[in-house]
Formats: sequence, C-alpha cells, structure tokens
Amino acid sequence: MNQWTNFTKGFIKENPVFVLLLGMCPTLGVTSSAINGLGMGLATTFVLVMSNLVISLIKSQIPSKVRIPSFIVIIAAFVTVVELTMQAYLPSLFKSLGLFIPLIVVNCLVLGRAEAFASKNNLLSSLVDGVGMGLGFSFALTLLGAAREFFGAGKIFDIVVYPEDYGMLLFVLAPGAFIVLGYLIALINRMNKA
Amino acid sequence: MAQKESSFLNMVVTLTIVALVAATVLGFVHDLTKADIELAKKVAQEKAIKSVLPPFDSLGESWKTLPADGADSLEFFPAFDAEQKLVGVAVKTYTKNGFSGLITLMAGISADGNISGYEVLEHKETPGLGSKMDVWFKDESKPSQNIIGKNPVTSNLEVTKDGGEVDAITASTITSRAFLEAIKRAYNTYKEAADQQEATAKADSNKKGGQS
Amino acid sequence: MEYIVIIIAAIFVNNIVLNQFLGICPFLGVSKKISTAVGMTGAVTFVMVIATIVTYLIQLYILNAYGLQFLQTIFFILVIASLVQLVEIILKKVSPALYQALGVFLPLITTNCAILGVAILTIQKEFNLMEGVVYAIANAIGFGLALVLFAGLREHLDLVNVPKGLKGTPIALIVAGILAMAFMGFSGLV
Repeated sequence: MNQWTNFTKGFIKENPVFVLLLGMCPTLGVTSSAINGLGMGLATTFVLVMSNLVISLIKSQIPSKVRIPSFIVIIAAFVTVVELTMQAYLPSLFKSLGLFIPLIVVNCLVLGRAEAFASKNNLLSSLVDGVGMGLGFSFALTLLGAAREFFGAGKIFDIVVYPEDYGMLLFVLAPGAFIVLGYLIALINRMNKA
Repeated sequence: MAQKESSFLNMVVTLTIVALVAATVLGFVHDLTKADIELAKKVAQEKAIKSVLPPFDSLGESWKTLPADGADSLEFFPAFDAEQKLVGVAVKTYTKNGFSGLITLMAGISADGNISGYEVLEHKETPGLGSKMDVWFKDESKPSQNIIGKNPVTSNLEVTKDGGEVDAITASTITSRAFLEAIKRAYNTYKEAADQQEATAKADSNKKGGQS
Repeated sequence: MEYIVIIIAAIFVNNIVLNQFLGICPFLGVSKKISTAVGMTGAVTFVMVIATIVTYLIQLYILNAYGLQFLQTIFFILVIASLVQLVEIILKKVSPALYQALGVFLPLITTNCAILGVAILTIQKEFNLMEGVVYAIANAIGFGLALVLFAGLREHLDLVNVPKGLKGTPIALIVAGILAMAFMGFSGLV
C-alpha cells in the first residue's frame, strides 16, 4: 500500500472517531477543552505507535491463541509508561485527564489496530498506520474539544474569543459532548460523500 | 518467519516472557520517574501554600488534626519569616457537602487570624457554575463576595441567604455554602489547636517558674 | 444509609454512561434493540461485580502489600480478561441457558471500559470491600438503565423521519445528549 494514503487515511476517510466510531469513551469524556483533547490524543498516539511497533516486530513469535492476551499486556505496559511519565512531568494534565489515562488500555482503537493491522503488516506500514491513526484520533479530539470550549466557555486553547458569560454552559457539560459529536459526525459523513 | 504453533508449551512460554519483559520495563520506568512524581506533588503543594499565605521565608513541620465535625483530618503547614516568627498557617481543608460531593481547598490563615487566601485543589462542581468558586470569593473589587482579609470571628462567613454577609455564587448556593463550611472548618480547627498549644505552653512555663 | 447514598449517586447522579462516559462503546453498539440491551446488562453486571471483588483483593494483598501500585493497570486488565474467559467457560458448563442468553456479549466485555473503570474507581474512592460491591452493582444498574432507556428511544427513532444528514449515528448521539441532559436533573440529589 502507498505509505502516503496509509498515513492520511486516519484523518478523514477512516477517522477512528468520526467514521470508525472507536475509542468513544475518552472522546466524550475528556474533551471539555481543546488542550485536554490534544493531550489525550497524543498520549493515545504514543501508546498506539509503540504497541504497533512492538507487535509487528514480534508477531511471528506469538502463537495465535494467546495473541490477544499478549497484545493486552504490551499495550498495558505502554499505558503505564505514559501514566508514570505524565504524572512526573505534566501533573496538571494528568489530573484533568484522570481516570481516562489507565483506560487507554481498553480503548478499542489501540487493540483494534494491533489486531487488524500491526499483526498482519510489516514494521514500516504498522508504524505509519499507528502515527496516522493516532494523529487522526488527536485531530478528532482536539476538534471536538475546541468546539465545546468555544461554544461553552467562549475560548479556544484558553484564548478568550468572547466573554464567558455569553457561552452556552451546556456544551462543556456531559450532554454537550454527545450533541457536538453527533453534529461533527454528520458533517464528516457529508464531506466523505462529496 | 513461520508463525509459531499454538502448543501448550509455546503459549505458556510466550505469555511468561511477554509478562516478564513488560514487568521489568515498568519496574525500570517506575524507578526512573518515582523521584520526579514525588517532586511534582511537592511542588504543587508548595505552590498552593505560597499562593494562600503572605510572603514567608520557610515552612515549619506540618501536622494533622481531626476536626470536631468531620471524619478526615486536616493538614496544617505553618510558615515563618526570616526571624522565625509565625507568618500564617496554610490549611488543607475539605467539605463533603459540595453540589457533587467532595471539595478540597488550601486555605491560608495569617498570624492575626484573617483569611489570607485560598486555592481550590480538587472539586467536581458543575463547570461554569459551582466551579467559579476558584475566583469568586477572592474578587477584591466586590467586597460583598470577597472573603480575603476577613476574620471569621468578626465577620459572619455565611451566605446572605442564611443570614451571613457573603454573596453566594450566582445559581450555586449549595457550592458556596459548602465552600464557606470548609473555610470555617479550617479556621475553627486551627484556632482550637492553637488555643490548646497556648494552654500547654502556659502550663509548661508555669511549671518552670515563669521563665521565658 | 451510606450504601443508599452510594447507590443513588452511582445510578442517577453520576450515571456511569451518561455522566462519566464509561462504557460508551456497548452503549452505542448494542442499543439497537431492547432485548439485546437487557442481555448486555446482565453480562456486564455479572462480570463487573466479580471483577471488582477480585481486583480489590489483588490491590489489597498483592499491589499494596508489595508496593507494586504502578502495575495496577496491567494487573487489572489481565484479571478482567482472564475473568471473562473463565466466566464464559464456567457458564457454558454450569448453566447452558444463561450462557445462551449472555454468551455472545461476554467477549465484548473485556474492552468495556466501564469494568476497568469501576475497578479503578473503587480503589481510588477508598471503598471497603462491601462498599465496593454495592458500588459495582449500582453502576451496573446505572449502565443497564441508560442502555435500556436508550435502546427504547432508538427503536422509536427507526420509525421517525430524520433529516438525511443526521441519519444513523449522529441522531443517536444527539438523542443520547438529550438523555444525558435529563439525567442532569438528578445532580445535587446527594
């Protein structure tokens, strides 16, 4: 496969959030602001790239019946690496992402890519796939976070666009997550058809 | 390379190796980050203490006291100036009566007994409503809602709805009530402890025949 | 009294799906019919309670005892994954009828973040074992409530004339948003 299409497919065409509907829990849970969405996206990207890398390297050594448990252990190890590193060097981001950091383990996106792509393709393709999918995921989360922050608090990346008092609080709260994501998916569907 | 066969031995060996490697790597990363995690926690705490107290020189040893009306203890951080005189005490206090449960605060009490500042450490209050407490009660331009510089003994630190003199956050009376409760809890527990200390200090000095 | 507070808080106020955003995948995935929603709820309840008990004991007697808290994620997910397998095998042997009803949902549960989420939250909230069990049951009920309500709404949604662009997932998400809004009415209850 052409590596460029392999890389770019994650953004719009096969966007993990908008099109494949994978990893919905962190997508909805942490996107109350753009920066949280970006942080979560990059953390997931790291885990995705590293686990894709390792899995495509050792795929022939793993008997197929214990494939899934081995993948889970590998993914969990990288998640813990992210968890510890973030706790040490980015404590405030760690605090706002909270429970969703350990939950990267059960993000269907990571295990899904490991199973569907990395375990069947070579090192380079798996790496490119991981980076592309990860960045597509980050893009989706940042977009959703920015939209919610803009409508809810009048800010984007903490930069004030209009006074907070005019914001529609609902968008920062739980229902806003569902509603904004619904409209974004409708929008992307429209773009993919065109 | 051919796919390994799924024989029992192969499966056990593979899983063991994967688990062992993962655990070793994690142990290594854990050792590497342990000191920094501790440091990050300490820095965050000291930052909170600094922001709630008047400028100080050094921190004394912290202690914990159980408040009269709660199950968990409060933590006290005394701060001293260059001459080892008490500047104020930062108190890590809490309330469980927030709109969404637990709120943890760092409250500063200066040596003269006034509230010198506060910092919200943890909360789950509604964003945009109750969450405004992080700035609401220290807005110097609005004396009717500002609690900084007030003394809980001379000022009635309750929301106006309950007959006090502090304006509650718009549409968040419950959060405001809980917030003030946490502040008062910090002050009362501190006062009690300080009075007790003074009493024992007095008793000690009496025993020693009034030497000071 | 404390148990009642935990139960009400977990089911209504901090509903695990609509407020905490855990278990969204099954919430969107198996909510097309009420009957599958009920089956999924049964399987989740079963696994969630057992997983919470087992992870609690592991945390207490292995992780805390040997200072291995940093291995929490890896331990918990392994426990949950093997537990799901185990439950599947035992159920097949002991109660084929129950297996028939829940079987298809079990493999999906490993990656249901609600299970791991509740296990970790039980530790974070410093519950004791009994409170943890109550918390797990209440969350499972909360999950079921949200899932069944949503499935009921979606069954009706199939018959309504929805704008073309919003058909399918978008309208489902917007409906979920409105449901979440309804649940916000419970906030401040405890």
